[in-house]
Amino acid sequence: MRYPFLLILAVYIAFANATELTFELPDNEKQCFYEDLEQGAKFDIDFQVIAGGNYDVDCFVTDPLNNMLYQERKKQYDSFSHTTTMKGVYKVCFSNEFSTFSHKTVYLDFRTGEDDRLMPDMNGATALTQMESACLSIHEILKVVSDSQTWYRLREAQDRIRAEDLNERMHFWSIGETIILFVVCIGQVLMLKSFFSEKKANVATST
Amino acid sequence: YGLMLLFAWLSPSQALYFHIGETEKKCFIEEIPDETMVIGTYKTQLWDKQTGSFLPSTPGLGMHVEIKDPDAKVIILSRQYGSDGRFTFTSHTPGEHQICLHSNSTKMALFAGGKLRVHLDIQVGEHTNNYPEIAAKDKLTELQLRVRQLLDQVEQIQKEQNYQRYREERFRMTSESTNQRVLWWSIAQTFILIITGIWQMRHLKSFFEAKKLV
Repeated sequence: MRYPFLLILAVYIAFANATELTFELPDNEKQCFYEDLEQGAKFDIDFQVIAGGNYDVDCFVTDPLNNMLYQERKKQYDSFSHTTTMKGVYKVCFSNEFSTFSHKTVYLDFRTGEDDRLMPDMNGATALTQMESACLSIHEILKVVSDSQTWYRLREAQDRIRAEDLNERMHFWSIGETIILFVVCIGQVLMLKSFFSEKKANVATST
Repeated sequence: YGLMLLFAWLSPSQALYFHIGETEKKCFIEEIPDETMVIGTYKTQLWDKQTGSFLPSTPGLGMHVEIKDPDAKVIILSRQYGSDGRFTFTSHTPGEHQICLHSNSTKMALFAGGKLRVHLDIQVGEHTNNYPEIAAKDKLTELQLRVRQLLDQVEQIQKEQNYQRYREERFRMTSESTNQRVLWWSIAQTFILIITGIWQMRHLKSFFEAKKLV
């Protein structure tokens, strides 16, 4: 805080930024996210479909000149990494245009930058003591644990939504089937009775 | 002065952005354990038809932020913020919280041709902690700050594991309920089938006997 210009500079140094978003993609729609990146910046995209239909979505990533960096159709989950070769706006789009009635819930994790500095004026180039490097390793491992938990949470959410869906559908189909059963049973009897009531006179005369 | 710089650091000038229609509502889902803090910052820009670009800032343009907890109860009253804003909440029940944003434009959907660019940054759990601020307030060395960060991370991992246990229980209950229902419905339907079969036969037999065909 003593050197405000350094703080301003720190804002523009690429330090780690991650955005996790879970959003709903209605049928026949496309949703795009844009990020303004410097040249030589590394970014990672993870996405997963949590709910809806066949649990798949189209995804593509373009660079500022509209070249396709990544394009996949009907993917359930995937990971994509890229180091930018030019400065500009990068776009990642999800499309549910192939689906006519199922809306999807998609999870997106967009991570940019490399440095994970705790404080803006911490200089990563100085040698760390054993204590500091041990703490840094623990921090990195805990980040992996946290990512693992997110992965499990998403898989669990997907399975749970599928199970709840199954439960509901099974319930309604059972009720529907029972009603159909009654209708068909009574209908058969009535129809059979109606055949014999009309043609009773004909049957009597022909035999 | 320092506060202004701090806010400059907080505002999502580098964050992900997306486009929405002027009256469109966009919702995001956050599945979080309880007692977890969530901080969201957003910045809105309006499309200017004359210059063909997005205006850096538009006075009077605001966003309604509506946050619902897992029981679909609104926990943040649909508060209207300015075009640059920040919202915070702490969850009290674990589960899926819904964060919905829509602009305070009063135009109807048919006439609102404008596009809005929304920069959004949502941070959850230990990512909400502002470490430089904590270091300055508690006068911690770098090592102490790093240990504090580790403690926060571990706490968040523990909360997530408790939530995982709760979710697994719910999943198990749903599966057991499905299992039970399938069993009872199958038995009931077979029973109904037999009963109606017997009834049909008896009814028709008595009908034909009455008609003197049997």
